[in-house]
Amino acid sequence: MIRFLFKGLLRDRHRSLFPVITISIGVLFTVLLQCWITGILGDMINTNARFSTGHVKITTRAYAENADQLPTDLAMIGAEEMLANLKQDYPDMDWVPRIQFGGLLDAPDENGETRTQGTAFGMAVDLLSEETQEINRLNLAEALIQGSMPNESGEILLSDDLAQKLEVAPGQTVTLLSSTMYGSMAMYNFRVAGTVKFGVSALDRGAMILDISDAQLALDMMDAASEILGFNQIGLYNNEEATVLATSYNEAVVDDKDEFAPAMLRLRDQNDLASMLDYIQSFVTMFISIFILAMGIVLWNSGLIGGIRRYGEIGIRLAIGEYKGHIYRSMIGESVLIGLFGSCIGTALGLGVAWLLQTYGFSVGDYMKNATIMMPNTFRAQITSTAYYIGFIPGLFATILGTSLSGVGIYRRQTAQLFKELEA
Amino acid sequence: MQHKIFFLLGLFGITSAFAQYPFGEEILNRIDMNMSSKNRKVVSKMVIHGRRGSRTIESQSWVEGTDKSFTEYLAPAREKGTKMLKLEDRLWIYSPSTDRTIQISGHMLRQSVMGSDLSYEDMLEDPKMTNDYEAVVIGEEEVDDRLCWIVELTAKHAEVAYHFRKMWVDQKRDIPIMQELIAKSGTLLKRMELKDVTLMGGRWYPKRFIFKDMLKSGKGTEFLVESIEFDVAIPGHLFTKAALR
Repeated sequence: MIRFLFKGLLRDRHRSLFPVITISIGVLFTVLLQCWITGILGDMINTNARFSTGHVKITTRAYAENADQLPTDLAMIGAEEMLANLKQDYPDMDWVPRIQFGGLLDAPDENGETRTQGTAFGMAVDLLSEETQEINRLNLAEALIQGSMPNESGEILLSDDLAQKLEVAPGQTVTLLSSTMYGSMAMYNFRVAGTVKFGVSALDRGAMILDISDAQLALDMMDAASEILGFNQIGLYNNEEATVLATSYNEAVVDDKDEFAPAMLRLRDQNDLASMLDYIQSFVTMFISIFILAMGIVLWNSGLIGGIRRYGEIGIRLAIGEYKGHIYRSMIGESVLIGLFGSCIGTALGLGVAWLLQTYGFSVGDYMKNATIMMPNTFRAQITSTAYYIGFIPGLFATILGTSLSGVGIYRRQTAQLFKELEA
Repeated sequence: MQHKIFFLLGLFGITSAFAQYPFGEEILNRIDMNMSSKNRKVVSKMVIHGRRGSRTIESQSWVEGTDKSFTEYLAPAREKGTKMLKLEDRLWIYSPSTDRTIQISGHMLRQSVMGSDLSYEDMLEDPKMTNDYEAVVIGEEEVDDRLCWIVELTAKHAEVAYHFRKMWVDQKRDIPIMQELIAKSGTLLKRMELKDVTLMGGRWYPKRFIFKDMLKSGKGTEFLVESIEFDVAIPGHLFTKAALR
């Protein structure tokens, strides 16, 4: 039967070509959109997690309320003990202390006076201990443009753009002007070990990466950290896991009314990520729904046109005694074959274009120059297992829906009228 | 005819009420004569009440008008030896720990000094009110048991840090014992109270200033005048970059 239907479709291109092209295009866009959104969302989550939010983050409540101001004065004191407790209570997570701060970087002339200045976003991480995972987590080795990684206290990495703006090269000294944890003025000299480029505008504009012990010294933050980030072992954000962890942690400190009591935040609770992720997810759902509906209407229309064209053929089939139900089922069978064929072509094409976008990406660096959110400058698609079947749902569903609706007309044909119609 | 008589009587009543108040410029002149000087040398303590507790910073400053000032920090140990020189709209900061002189200018001068509620402009300038503001006296009120004129000030030019000020000026001592510093948008930026007014060098001067930056969550900053000398001989080299090191 399938072979029979398949031969019919191949021999009568009017029945198959247009629907197959329509389905292929629709499926191509579905697969591509899925890979594209997955890629962008994945990159965005990954970038935010690595550089800013962790999978979960612990700060003081006061710090969490003003986190966008990087308020080092509201940081946690007793960070070492807290870190030890976290490692003991949640051994499945990797816990790391960090300090984020703002400041002015000043490059001196030969007399030690201001030559150039620029605002810097400081990120202090564990760079120098032997067991640190932070260098890999931040991809520092790959991001290095000039010079080398910091090997000793007092050495920093500068974003390549900021280094160019300040006209400093590895080996030269710059002075940080910032505020200590207690509000006093902080001035501290650092030697530039190397320059880096992350491909994230928010960082490349003015990042300064230094060892956390240097930041503690410069900002008078001994045994303090502005945040402790937690990463799970597999390195992928899992919202359910993070929710369970944050809820249990926060419940344990709920009775502590101190504004400096710790609070655990999930990744999506930070940097306005919840609203952004929800918005993108609803956009994708809306797009796919509209697409299924539109493709259904197109295929219904194509089925109606086909029905009119095949009016005589169906009439003869009814006249020679074929049941209406059998004709209806055979048309549905044809639509399943067309749907499968079109979905396969569309999925293959979609995966091909997605692979190109995954490999080469699409640069949006020019539009991200002033971006404050952690977004990569190159948007890339990501092919996941879902991409291999996501296109089949609208491809097959829309075709069957279209044929089912248009095929209902078969049941309206009156056998008594058939010969009159055929004679005419 | 009856209406005209009522109108003229009303007008007379209103003008009489305003006639009881002095002119705003006259009040500003008296404040300037009392508080401003050719120059001054101040040894002070700044007690900053932050969210995590209070800390005290000691300094001595030499100030000449709005253009020249030199400050050296005396305590605590972390700040000791830090020096600031302000010439017109440029400020140089020297830190002995880095042996560096860093220049800041423009909007940075409106940033907080040492995490306090004072900006560099608040701390390092001795402006003459009459040069910068138009004033109108709008009433009188008792503040801290002192009868005060309520004076509203509007900036004459855009360079001033606070476009509007509202002052409660002690009628006898010509001291603005309370001030509200307001942005052009109408936002209240800071509140300043002048306390412990005493006679020093022939003029009434407060020994304690309380600043509260209304946009910050801290508990305000007290600026305590340990000693003050007006119209002293300041060596010229003090207002040069060479004096920083």
